[in-house]
Amino acid sequence: MAKALVIAFSSSDAEGAAAFGQALGAPFDILHFGDAPTDLGAGKMISASGDVPADALADGLKAVASGYSHIAAVSSMHSKDVMARLAGLLDAAMVTDVIAIASPTVFKRPIYAGSIIATIEVLAEPVVITFRPAGFAKPTRGGASTTETASLAGSGSTKRVSVSARASGRPDLTQAKFVVSGGRPLRDAQTFEQVIGGLADKLGAAVGATRAAVDSGIAPNECQVGQTGKIVAPDLYIAAGISGSTQHMAGIKDSKVIVAINKDPDAPIFEVADLGLVADLFDAVPEMTQKL
Amino acid sequence: MKILVPIKRVVDPYAKVRPLADGSGIDLTGQNFAINPFDEIAVEEAARIKERDPSTQVTAISIGGPEVEDQLRKALAMGADESILVESTAEWDSPSVADELAAYLKDNPTDVVIMGKQATDDDNNQVGQMLAAKLGWPQATFASKIELKPGEAVVTRETDTGEETLSLPLPAVITVDLRLNEPRYIALPGIIKARSKPLNKVAPKTSPRLRTCMTGVESPPSRQAGKRVGSVDELLAELKGRGVLNG
Repeated sequence: MAKALVIAFSSSDAEGAAAFGQALGAPFDILHFGDAPTDLGAGKMISASGDVPADALADGLKAVASGYSHIAAVSSMHSKDVMARLAGLLDAAMVTDVIAIASPTVFKRPIYAGSIIATIEVLAEPVVITFRPAGFAKPTRGGASTTETASLAGSGSTKRVSVSARASGRPDLTQAKFVVSGGRPLRDAQTFEQVIGGLADKLGAAVGATRAAVDSGIAPNECQVGQTGKIVAPDLYIAAGISGSTQHMAGIKDSKVIVAINKDPDAPIFEVADLGLVADLFDAVPEMTQKL
Repeated sequence: MKILVPIKRVVDPYAKVRPLADGSGIDLTGQNFAINPFDEIAVEEAARIKERDPSTQVTAISIGGPEVEDQLRKALAMGADESILVESTAEWDSPSVADELAAYLKDNPTDVVIMGKQATDDDNNQVGQMLAAKLGWPQATFASKIELKPGEAVVTRETDTGEETLSLPLPAVITVDLRLNEPRYIALPGIIKARSKPLNKVAPKTSPRLRTCMTGVESPPSRQAGKRVGSVDELLAELKGRGVLNG
């Protein structure tokens, strides 16, 4: 009998965790790091804490995961680090970046940078899963789950030497309702922050960037959107000075409305944008910021 | 210091791929193949470590048929000392690959495994972590800087919010990200010259035990080109009209 443990590695993952649990159509518990509501339809809300490297965290999760057929978490760099190790510890199958559930053992996921959607059948339980919440309906709220606390007592030999998290004060890119992204034409970090950051702050949006912009030092790593960066699914994605490579498109396909601003009328981004404006971003973006 | 670099042969990452008409798999007709670009970064890193410390031994390994020799030869040309082809035409999923690599490492003491964070064909991002778990070794994924010291790897890795630096006792598994380095270009003569380096063929130590299988593929729903607007005012009016922005 299927029974899922869905892990929310941050408070902002809790609703996505419930969306997956409800879509799976099997009883599920939610293990959450940080706060979470108790009306998400889970059997149990299990609170956990601990900010440790992947070896200790996966070791701790292994004990909690016992007895579940599915152990799932919202896709992120953190969850891929930890969940794949957990799958290794459990000698389990793993399905990464699930976007749809056909049955409790059949899932859909993108491969080849999103050019292909593959159907994956799981042949053995338990299965470890990471998923993209944008693919699932918002969870039905109601009822009250029982609550408990798990203490994760895992061990590992990795030591964290230092952390440099850049607190931008902006919404989380993968959860944001609006995203404003820029490409290499932004020239330098200061210009990028001024033009792209300026519009983002006016909209209350997160800031994204292309791989080219990140590689040339214009935008910070954690802003990279695309196959090898973050996958976003906002209501509105504004791409300024972005040509629209396959790698970048892989990260923005799930956006509800894509706006492209580019001075090259033949840029591939216009083939997928809902609204396209052929204009110099240095004119158009500040004008938008001013008129909003 | 002994370094193992597992590599995967993948469809040219810049080529367009399509499903077969019957949806049973990927249409590979006319495609070129290459070392998975993330694995190529791993080979490059190992080669640079060897250039700094010539006592380093770098082994590249892959599982597959004779066609994978091309990629293993390229790894030799880039600086690996030897390549190992685990000969198999069977299908291997991530846990099975991790099992096979773990079996190899048990018989062949190695200080550090450096490999790509994911392959650009199936985009899984699994094998490195599974391998580390099966061996009980520490891991550092998404590496953007690697410093090897006696008995220790100091790795800076990218995270969802920035980066962090980890210290791992060796042996360890490190999976690499794009910003670690830019792989050298190897012209054809370099690959031919590397023919004097050993490429050993061995039988698998394990049998693939598939825990997942791909039962079909399809094209994603395509987005249609929308409307061109002529001005910022028109753009804002459209966004308000569609309820995306508050009017």
